[in-house]
Amino acid sequence: MVSRRRERLERGIKVRTDDVYALCSTKEMLYLVAPRLIPILVLLLLPLILPTYWQKVVIFTGVFALLSISWDFLYSFTGLVSLGQALFFGVGAYLAGSLNHYFDISPGLTIPISTIAGATLCTLFLLPALRLRGIYFAMITLVLPLIFLRIIEATAILGGTDGLTALAPLPGIWIELYLILGIMLVALFALRRLVNSDFGLVLRGIHDNDQAVKGAGINIYWYKAQALFIAALLGSFAGAYLTHVYMFVGLSAFALDFTVVPIAATVVGGMGTLGGSVLGAFILVPLSEVLRAFGPLRIVFYALLIVVFIILKPEGLFNYLQRKYREFERWVEV
Amino acid sequence: MKEVPLLQVVNISKQFGGVRAVDGVSFELCQGEILGIVGPNGSGKTTLVNLLTGFIKPASGKVFYKGRDITALAAHEIAGLGIARTFQMVRPFYHLPAFKNLIVPLYSPRVKRLSGGKFGDRDAVAIDLLEEVGFERDSFVPYKPASALPHGYLKRLELARCLALRPALLILDELFSGLSMAEVASTLPVLEKLQIEGITLIMVEHRLRELFRLANRVIVLNFGAKLAEGTPQEIINNEEVKEAYLGSEAV
Ligand SMILES: Nc1ncnc2c1ncn2[C@@H]1O[C@H](COP(=O)(O)OP(=O)(O)OP(=O)(O)O)[C@@H](O)[C@H]1O
Ligand SMILES: [Mg+2]
Repeated sequence: MVSRRRERLERGIKVRTDDVYALCSTKEMLYLVAPRLIPILVLLLLPLILPTYWQKVVIFTGVFALLSISWDFLYSFTGLVSLGQALFFGVGAYLAGSLNHYFDISPGLTIPISTIAGATLCTLFLLPALRLRGIYFAMITLVLPLIFLRIIEATAILGGTDGLTALAPLPGIWIELYLILGIMLVALFALRRLVNSDFGLVLRGIHDNDQAVKGAGINIYWYKAQALFIAALLGSFAGAYLTHVYMFVGLSAFALDFTVVPIAATVVGGMGTLGGSVLGAFILVPLSEVLRAFGPLRIVFYALLIVVFIILKPEGLFNYLQRKYREFERWVEV
Repeated sequence: MKEVPLLQVVNISKQFGGVRAVDGVSFELCQGEILGIVGPNGSGKTTLVNLLTGFIKPASGKVFYKGRDITALAAHEIAGLGIARTFQMVRPFYHLPAFKNLIVPLYSPRVKRLSGGKFGDRDAVAIDLLEEVGFERDSFVPYKPASALPHGYLKRLELARCLALRPALLILDELFSGLSMAEVASTLPVLEKLQIEGITLIMVEHRLRELFRLANRVIVLNFGAKLAEGTPQEIINNEEVKEAYLGSEAV
């Protein structure tokens, strides 16, 4: 009698260790490039065949994907637990809305201005909190958007509870679609490159052991502030962008959704990969649309699905797929 | 003419609650010296290291480096001046490969400044430094994540990370504890070489045999206060020290 067992092998280590090796053969190159190229192509072609309603969902998903990348970057690579993606989003959104409403500046300018000014403001707001660790920093990031919300509500500035309406739209659905998808892809690949640069190593060092980074003669607050600024750039862009898509900005810009969904997306997709955040967003946001059919029970199903995901694949989907792609199994006789 | 000492510690103190961890300690250190600091467990050696390097601020007292008051400087600023320290409880970047641990100090403003703005291949420099402290260059060891390294390697990784900073003053907090005899024997020449290069050393050490061989001068701490100071020979013969510390141990 022959017993068999399953053997698990790592595929071409050589291919993975250094991208330079990829040039050795077409097959190896394909192996490396395909998992990047195929999702990008699908992502760019998909909107062409989707009905208008689902195109809007893609836009919304792109916004959440950006926020998710922003959260994963802060948490997995700098160790800053942020509950304030809504802060980045809301500040960017209100800046763009105000610039357009009060100064009549067109979206082509309000979006870049709000992205940079919003990130700067958010960084300044959170600068004093950077010395706090873990949950204390998180609390501040959670509370700030709530404070802004109440201030706008109470003083009726910036349109108060009605918000700012009839803002300038972006020129057409295609620009809307490909702007957000393009920025999302650029952000994804730029940040993946950044975290593997020497700058990124310092950030990861801070996450691992901030005392040792201090001991190495590096000002950790300066690095944390830079990381915060980068994360806030993504969030503020998302806010400014969606303001012009909706042609409206209101109190909902500081909604907790913008904080919670990115965290859920990153956990489902896989932390510390950035790509996982995008994957998670592209699962959770459309899923939430599909679940609309369930009416009031929607949130229950949604939450249950997230829990199931986390229990089944605690490493996150992206890490799981990446691992499976790199290894293959075969039956061998023992 | 008396030259300015490299390091001057004046009456420095620190309490934790009721515990006087460091209690009015003063000493001076000249360029190129090797100073040993010994004392029983809990006598305040690590706290003293933390005070010198800015990781803890003193309740009173001052630290001067090359005549400049550095008491109020932040830890990274003090490190930037060239005062590097190892941690008694190792603090590697566990998620990074061993050699990438050294990129962090190699990327610091100090090293950028010393290398005149230009920096070649940091990875290559990191591997060279690891080899210097006894990592086998042609093995997988330098490329393994720090979390996969045995304690002896982590201790020497601490040393390499300090060397990457091109220190002028190197403070070693019990570098030898937890190292095997062979590892100690291979690390000693590294320290001797540093001394020849003119790098000043402060060694907090429980391994007295090795320490007394290297040190020019030794300070004994007891309950946070300086109990004695002198050449290794003087310390060995000091009755008070024997009573407080050496009593049970054969030197
Ligand atoms: N962060 C802290 N909080 C409270 N007490 C502390 C702290 N750090 C040190 N101590 C206390 O200060 C005293 C000196 O501790 P320290 O670690 O400096 O001693 P040490 O000489 O380095 O001991 P060892 O030989 O065990 O390393 C001890 O009583 C210790 O309990
Ligand atoms: Mg100690």
